[in-house]
Amino acid sequence: MSSPKILLKLTVNGESRQALVHPMARLLDVIREDLGLTGTKEGCGEGECGACSVILDGSLVNACLIPAIQVQGASLRTVEGLAGTDLSPLQEAFLHHGGAQCGFCTPGMLVAGTHLLEMEAVHDEAGAREGLAGNLCRCTGYVKIVDALLAAGEGRP
Amino acid sequence: MNDFAHIGRSVQRKEGRAKVTGAASFTDDLRIEGLLHGATVRSRVPRGRITGIHFEEGFPWAEFVIVTARDIPGKNAVAHLMLDQPCLADGVVNHAEEPIVLLAHPDPLRVQDARERVRVDVEPLPAVLGIEESLRCDPVIWGQDNIFKTILIAKGDPEAAAALGHLRLDATYHTGAQEHVYIEPNAIIGEASAGGVLVRGSMQCPYYVHHALHELFQLPLEKVRVVQVETGGGFGGKEDYPSMLACHAALLSWKAGGRPVKIAYDREEDMACTTKRHPSRTRIRSAFAADGTLLSLDVEFLLDGGAYMTLSPVVLSRGALHASGPYRCPDLRIRARALATNTPPHGAFRGFGAPQSLFAIERHMDEAAQRLGLDPADLRRKNLLCTGDAMATGQIMRDEVDLVALMDRALTEIRYAEKRAAYPVLNATDDPVKRGVGFSVFMHGGGFTGSGETMLNSVAALEGTAEGQVRVLAASTEMGQGANTVFAQVAAEALQAPVDLIVVAPPDTGLVPNSGPTVASRTTQVVGKLVLDAGLAMRKTLLEAGLLQDGDVGTAIRTYVARHGALRTESRYQKPDFVEWDDATYRGDAYATYAWACYAADLRVDLVSYETQVADFVAVQEVGRVLNPTLAAGQIEGGVAQGIGWGLNEEVIWRQGSMANHQMSNYLIATAADLPRIRVFFEERPYAYGPGGAKGLGELPMDGPAPALLNAVQHALQVVPRQVPMTPEVLMDLVEGG
Repeated sequence: MSSPKILLKLTVNGESRQALVHPMARLLDVIREDLGLTGTKEGCGEGECGACSVILDGSLVNACLIPAIQVQGASLRTVEGLAGTDLSPLQEAFLHHGGAQCGFCTPGMLVAGTHLLEMEAVHDEAGAREGLAGNLCRCTGYVKIVDALLAAGEGRP
Repeated sequence: MNDFAHIGRSVQRKEGRAKVTGAASFTDDLRIEGLLHGATVRSRVPRGRITGIHFEEGFPWAEFVIVTARDIPGKNAVAHLMLDQPCLADGVVNHAEEPIVLLAHPDPLRVQDARERVRVDVEPLPAVLGIEESLRCDPVIWGQDNIFKTILIAKGDPEAAAALGHLRLDATYHTGAQEHVYIEPNAIIGEASAGGVLVRGSMQCPYYVHHALHELFQLPLEKVRVVQVETGGGFGGKEDYPSMLACHAALLSWKAGGRPVKIAYDREEDMACTTKRHPSRTRIRSAFAADGTLLSLDVEFLLDGGAYMTLSPVVLSRGALHASGPYRCPDLRIRARALATNTPPHGAFRGFGAPQSLFAIERHMDEAAQRLGLDPADLRRKNLLCTGDAMATGQIMRDEVDLVALMDRALTEIRYAEKRAAYPVLNATDDPVKRGVGFSVFMHGGGFTGSGETMLNSVAALEGTAEGQVRVLAASTEMGQGANTVFAQVAAEALQAPVDLIVVAPPDTGLVPNSGPTVASRTTQVVGKLVLDAGLAMRKTLLEAGLLQDGDVGTAIRTYVARHGALRTESRYQKPDFVEWDDATYRGDAYATYAWACYAADLRVDLVSYETQVADFVAVQEVGRVLNPTLAAGQIEGGVAQGIGWGLNEEVIWRQGSMANHQMSNYLIATAADLPRIRVFFEERPYAYGPGGAKGLGELPMDGPAPALLNAVQHALQVVPRQVPMTPEVLMDLVEGG
């Protein structure tokens, strides 16, 4: 990490942000350490668990696998950007259905689920399960997470 | 149906909003001024003599805090049941990954770099790497005989009874280690100086950590403070290990003059170095009458405890006490031993020994049924315990539960009879996908074993605040299972107050009484009852003060606190009158009550790839009254998913006493796409000594899936599987005779 730092400019949850970072710093560390948004979690550091899922220019990515230099000028959405003054329908559905247990996979699940809903990719249970397969949860057995996603997709509580 | 205002209702998770907005702060999320980052240098060999520790020349070591065994102010031990496990290896190492040197630096990348520049010379010694070698005492690595603990449960005369058997069956079952894979890796922040020790972090049992720090530093109890931070899953993996991590972080801080030090493991270190489920070997010799009546059982139950005792004797105890399953058996012997090996110590994991022994007996019953020409359900119908029957320890089954009806409900839900008949016909065709249906019947004791709850002597308290709120004070931690919410429901019920009036204080040993560890399916059943009783006492106090006439509890509390300065009630554990237990003879009431269940699985096996797919899974259980249906079902669904993983896929691969596949990319846990919709059903029979009639349920769902799935394998393929995980490789060998 001896290369000089770069000034990274990003739109984060609709706001312009910048940070002086190593070009090869992980986007995950930029988000957590430089931008101070600790809702995005590290569960494995190798792109397996999805706890660091964020939406980068409209694509769902694992922030632990993306170097900072690759996101210059990009638009980023994290769990902190999902709620407005009210919770989003998916966040409400997670509360109603019990989709969060320990809460550590939850931010990544919500970001992935939000992306699936926005892509209109949730039509049935099998699709919901396939869509969430990049996000690991060890508490729930996924039933209540899937139920929350299906409910939000159908606009019901 | 429900006379309660809050109990039995799916009240939303107390800390749910913080968890869905990303606001919930876990240990690694805390921002702390002057923080140092800690790292651990470990042994690479399973056993040996340390001959030297070398720090690379020319590296700026003056920037680093360095701790070895010599820096420990008190006892070099992580206190669990014994003091045999050093906090840092001194002179010898007894397992791979054993910690030897600790380092800290303000820059987390620098400290990782430095770790690679410490070389520990170890002269290897012969190591014991499995149960068989440990039994042979080749060599002796712990005590006189490598045995941490021996337990004998005996009743009647199993040899004489076996002589009358129509079928005598002798079979041995194996289970592998299992990694917890809580999604939040272990993380602890320590601050220590002569003034005292403060540890914050991810943990299940603040007072276990408190005890370990007290021994390590030899400071007065009141100078040690432990605070649980939001914890991203535990499953037993944060029961014993955080004591080690807390000792390490606090030692580094001690050496650094009190600066805070964080040790946050990455996934690889967490998987390689922390505890796992005990591997087991269970030999069952049984005898049955021609009609299927179980005449005798002789069970030898062995656990691989790893290099140090930690909690192995207690895990062994629970395993032994569940080894005869939910069956009547007049003549039996259960001999259990926990053995030392040179692997990282195995520790608590949901189920705590019971999944291992129940796997063996539930597989054994299906083998016996096949040999007797009986349907597995009919064999169980003959032998399932009924209320009033004697269990293995002579305990009279008091729970008013009809196990045959429970089983039949699960079998109906999975359409057992129809599939049992239809699948063999389908399986006779060329289709390489074979189908099987199987089930298991089992129980799980709630709370600590035997006299354990009496010895814990737990206390919980409620405190009224000046603002008119009620704070629950307990050391029991929320780790996703829903303790916060259930405590709030129970307290609100007792006080006849809204749930929103109740807040649960952070488990901070400087603030909360010791309500015991958050383990053993005891939090709702045992501590919940203490919270309920403290709530009833508080209501009585307010009534006697004449403050509840208008019924507004919040106002009454505010008034009481304004008048008297404080309002606090507490409750201490009292055992149910009937419970009698003798630890010397292992006779009596092993548990005050049990949760009971039947789980059934419909399984597909692809004979081309040997992949397995769970097509349907039904979980029927009796857990007393369900306090919060959403949370309870969530516990069962999550436990079943872990049980399916242990049964079919999750394999810890050992290489020289170290976990070789210590990554999420090669130790595979199920995704949403790998699992069916787990279907959960509750029979509710209120338990008189639980809050609102509740029993413990957290561990129960770990016990049943593995045997149900392997019984389905037997049905699908007409083979006799006796080990988990039943990975495609193992299955292929079994089918093709490799």
